[in-house]
Amino acid sequence: MYELFKNLGDWLVSGEQWTGPDGIGHRLAEHLQYSLLATLVATAIALPLGLLIGHTGRGAFLAINLVSFGRALPTVGLVVLVFLASGLSMWPVYVALVALAVPSIVTNTYAGMTAVDPDVKDAARGQGMRWHQVLFQVELPLALPLIMTGLRLALIQVVATATIAAYVSFGGLGRYVFDGLAQRDLVQVLGGAVLVALVAVVLDLALSGVQRVLFRHRPA
Amino acid sequence: MTIDWSWIGDHTDDLTTLTLSHLQAALSAVLLGLLISLPLAVVAHRIRPLRGVLLGLSNVLFTIPSIAVFVLLLPVSGLTRTTTVVGLTIYTLVVLLRNTVEGLDSVPAKTKEAAKAMGTRPLRTLLTVELPLALPVIMAGVRIATVMSISLVSVATYIGDGGLGQLFTDGFQRNFPTPVIVGVVLTLLLALVADSLLVAVQYVLTPWKRRRA
Repeated sequence: MYELFKNLGDWLVSGEQWTGPDGIGHRLAEHLQYSLLATLVATAIALPLGLLIGHTGRGAFLAINLVSFGRALPTVGLVVLVFLASGLSMWPVYVALVALAVPSIVTNTYAGMTAVDPDVKDAARGQGMRWHQVLFQVELPLALPLIMTGLRLALIQVVATATIAAYVSFGGLGRYVFDGLAQRDLVQVLGGAVLVALVAVVLDLALSGVQRVLFRHRPA
Repeated sequence: MTIDWSWIGDHTDDLTTLTLSHLQAALSAVLLGLLISLPLAVVAHRIRPLRGVLLGLSNVLFTIPSIAVFVLLLPVSGLTRTTTVVGLTIYTLVVLLRNTVEGLDSVPAKTKEAAKAMGTRPLRTLLTVELPLALPVIMAGVRIATVMSISLVSVATYIGDGGLGQLFTDGFQRNFPTPVIVGVVLTLLLALVADSLLVAVQYVLTPWKRRRA
């Protein structure tokens, strides 16, 4: 066990491991690209949907069931399925990652919106606010903590799952996991896993930092 | 992408075996996860400083890709069912631990004080007052963990297990969509049925929730 960790340390800090097209620097950039783009697309789809469902109260059934469907959908199967349908392209990876992220963002946004006190919304309307003012100036700021929780959850899942890109022969940190697996090189697998976990933790901390900044401006 | 229906007809026995093996892996993981997370949650609930440590640790475990967890267990437990189940259990811990702690937190302090005032000992309070009242939140966690495990079993296909996930590898290697589609549909059905059953179990276990309605 000690030997393994020592080798892992050597693997992580060795200079040659960090450079070149197979280097950690490049793989890290790829992994970030897949994860951030997928999360961005998922947010662009899921956030308006969650806000709409929460604001109008319609489609709640959809919001609640979408998440259990999303959790049950086997990502490996989805990747392979889209791969067989579309051929060798980045489509399978992005489709799978977006499908993974959308449900948790929709449901958390919806949950945040429904948690807003109806009296507050009534008061806003009573003051003559239009529906979009109520939505953006009252409901959205109050729902923000739960929305951010949903985003953070989605991002963690996407970063961990972006590993799968390597399965359909693309890059990212999953390369080390799958190549290491094929070569029975445990140090490489472990290195890949550690890096993925690190990326997820750092991004999660960054988002929670953003959240804190957003809250500072929230009127008490 | 067309479905080859005759392939499905020819492979019903295999499909049954894979489905059962899939279910067995997922359910073992959830049961094992419950056995581990219940005592840990009680500790996290009672001893505040440990709470952050335990919940933080489980969150970090969640960020490690499942494929890596399975592979890392290989030197310990080899290409066996144990590796699959232990790997899945690690994932269930995140949800189960958090929900069980939240469930215990949600029990009103007054209720616990009342039990104490009536001379109920701590362990008995935990078993007959706190856990039953925390049950709805705990069950919500069990449902999430179950559905998540059922979906995750497929990942173990990379280490030669994985129940219905083997259909994905098979379809991928032969460039043949039918097993992949069948695998996805069966996984979704399995999750749906398991989730519905858990709703029924919760209904039976929480009679006081029904009387109010």
